[in-house]
Amino acid sequence: MNSILIISGVVTIAILVIMLAYILIKGVPVMNLEFIFGQVENQGRSGGILPMIISSLYVTLISILIATPLGVGAAIYVVEYANNKRLVNVIRFGAEILASIPSIVFGLFGFAFFVMFLKLGWSVFSASLVLAIMAIPTIFQVSEVSLSSVPSIYKEGSYGLGATKWQTIYNVILPAALPGIVTGVILAMTRAISEAAAVMYTVGSSIAIPISMFDPGRPLPLHLYVLATEGISLPNEFGTASVLVIIVLAITFLTNYFTDRYQNKMMGK
Amino acid sequence: MGKSISEALIEKSLFLTALLSCFIILVILCFIFIEGFPAIHEYGVVKFLFGNVWAPNDGEFGVFSMIVGSLCVTVFALIISVPLSILCATFMAEVANTKVRNFLKPVIQTLSGIPSVVYGFFGLIILVPFVRLHFGGTGFSILTAAIILSVMILPTIISVSYDSLRAVPQEYREASLGLGATSWQTIRNVTIPAALPGIITAIILGMGRAVGETLAVIMVVGNVAKVPDSIFAPARTLTSNIALEMSYATGIHYNALFATAVILFILIMILLVIAKYIQRKYSIDAAGGTL
Amino acid sequence: MKRNRIIASIIFIVIIIGGMLSLGFGGPERIDIVGSTSVQPVAEKLAEEYGINHSDVKINVQGGGSSLGIKTAHEGIADIGMSSKELDDSNKQDLKEYEIGRDGIVLVVNANNNVSDLTKDQLKGIFSGKITSWKDVGGSDNKINVVVREAGSGTLDAFEGIVMGDAKIKSDAIVQSSTEAVKQSVKQDENAIGFVSFAHMSNDVNAIKVGGISPTIETIADGSYELQRPFLFLVKGEPTGELKEFIEWTNGAEAQKILESEKIIKLDE
Repeated sequence: MNSILIISGVVTIAILVIMLAYILIKGVPVMNLEFIFGQVENQGRSGGILPMIISSLYVTLISILIATPLGVGAAIYVVEYANNKRLVNVIRFGAEILASIPSIVFGLFGFAFFVMFLKLGWSVFSASLVLAIMAIPTIFQVSEVSLSSVPSIYKEGSYGLGATKWQTIYNVILPAALPGIVTGVILAMTRAISEAAAVMYTVGSSIAIPISMFDPGRPLPLHLYVLATEGISLPNEFGTASVLVIIVLAITFLTNYFTDRYQNKMMGK
Repeated sequence: MGKSISEALIEKSLFLTALLSCFIILVILCFIFIEGFPAIHEYGVVKFLFGNVWAPNDGEFGVFSMIVGSLCVTVFALIISVPLSILCATFMAEVANTKVRNFLKPVIQTLSGIPSVVYGFFGLIILVPFVRLHFGGTGFSILTAAIILSVMILPTIISVSYDSLRAVPQEYREASLGLGATSWQTIRNVTIPAALPGIITAIILGMGRAVGETLAVIMVVGNVAKVPDSIFAPARTLTSNIALEMSYATGIHYNALFATAVILFILIMILLVIAKYIQRKYSIDAAGGTL
Repeated sequence: MKRNRIIASIIFIVIIIGGMLSLGFGGPERIDIVGSTSVQPVAEKLAEEYGINHSDVKINVQGGGSSLGIKTAHEGIADIGMSSKELDDSNKQDLKEYEIGRDGIVLVVNANNNVSDLTKDQLKGIFSGKITSWKDVGGSDNKINVVVREAGSGTLDAFEGIVMGDAKIKSDAIVQSSTEAVKQSVKQDENAIGFVSFAHMSNDVNAIKVGGISPTIETIADGSYELQRPFLFLVKGEPTGELKEFIEWTNGAEAQKILESEKIIKLDE
């Protein structure tokens, strides 16, 4: 029976790796130092994509900084504090709905609310807020699963040693659930960094490098979207996609590496 | 004394954090309902929901074909990707060795970072001609969209189910193996049931992404506002309807697109309630089976 | 020890964010151009060139669609709205139109299709569903697959107005949401017909003559090739200061050269 698992595992992974390879094979030839560190020229037909790389990292970083404490905080409350079951269900259901709202709706909402109503303008900050809202449910749901799967023996041990509830959470439960939380954050982050529809109406699409949070920018997926849909340059489209994929790959490998090391240290290996 | 105050403070602030997502939804909901209401009111609920004709220029706003389109695309995407991803997650968590696992996990997480435009293009250039050649029609179809979506949601379902499979305590497996069960029996009767709530969360996450995906679907589904008669026929989803026409809509057409978003909300809620029901039912089974 | 480091890094991040927030105010004057995604690439190019000699102005070009351009220009959120279709009186209101040029709309078929000339009536028949086989217009015995743009887009509007008249586009036509998506759909399907922007025309699909006239810069400029649409800048009231200077510049020789290189055509006087 194991062979079924191995076959389906290999087939699924093959599908995904083919996708990845398709992008990289078409994109990597375009990539060179000038492409990565250059300024856009001719609407993206030539030149580089440095401003987009910076915009992408900028919006993603800020949105994750906002969403992680909120998502993890909500998960801690639901798992460790809440004793009203109905409230928990409402919160969970809320997060699930939030996770299912199409990104285009978030984009329109962000435009009407952050850009127009709060007058934040088309800016990195408006886009980060929209992306943060989108990231909260993913971080919340995944963190909740991993917090609740921390064995209760750990908790009892900590209480037995005289720790308060928050001390137990902070020193015992959170560290034990960390790998799962990190998975959630990475999932949210990969979604944020690859999101085009939600930032389309909120970030502006200036090709200058954003310095302040109130400057407009153009994250990679948006650049990709413009390149692809207006038919400006297909090679550069794949080049841009490859850069994006490589950034995500680097982020996930690094975080996984550090969580593994951390976990091993926790377990005393 | 100081300690208990800060403990209470922490609890309160966590409580507020937890309520935040509900609050955000309320704000978004209000906003969308306010924008969408005029269209539903003016055109009539029944006509809007069950009307078959979507012709904004002639003042016809029936979204029935799109409800069907969204449902079909999502359901078929799940039919393709759920078995594949659960088997794949099980393979990674239970069969593969540490080295393979450490390599695959980040690769799969990376895949959820491929922008949907790229999936859309991949679908348009490669999958659409393939479907046309082998199944006939124009190649723009529910099937094409479902395949693209299923590939898009694989990473999400795999990584979350993988984590919940890994979180099943080793003692469970050992106990099962100790009782003489084969490794396959252990996986089927112990590990997967124990991880099921997490797996269902993964499926819900994937489903959410499938229902809400816009830019990739738009390129391969054909966007024909007609009730599809087979999975090889083109269709239009609720999201693609919003994204297609939002850029140009004014007046009641604009409101009608927000009303489409309202329908999308309701559809998502119904799907969630069904998923929740299944989750509750099987969670109890799982607990009963393993404890 | 470890906790101190975490707290220190949080403080560090807060300081950075604070610094960026404070940097957000002041700086060069900003012109926001918002609207049609078809006009966006050209406007970006104009903004890029304008920026070379005018470092005191920062121009931010933002997509989102013609209606967003009209709406934001009308509400004063954008300085300039972009539209790729004529405004009717109901949404014209207090907006002043500046036509920066015209874009042709080219009927395209697959490179292997031997049909090269269609009359307006034949086009009307094909797109309304009366003619369903290529055989009826001098081609092979295959079903015609019609690809159109979404309702309301500038390209579709112009096509409907000039070719379709009172006839309706058939309801089972495939709808694509961008020029490039239409082009790709036609490129991979031997029996497809669609229409794309002249500015984005490329050799991988065949252009069709309409009533014997092929779309070229000359035929579009003198109006003999009728299928065309305007690229408009919309300004609320009378432009002043930097805005006025920019709009005047777009009419000048330098800007015309850029527009020409983008295949945006100025009508013959």
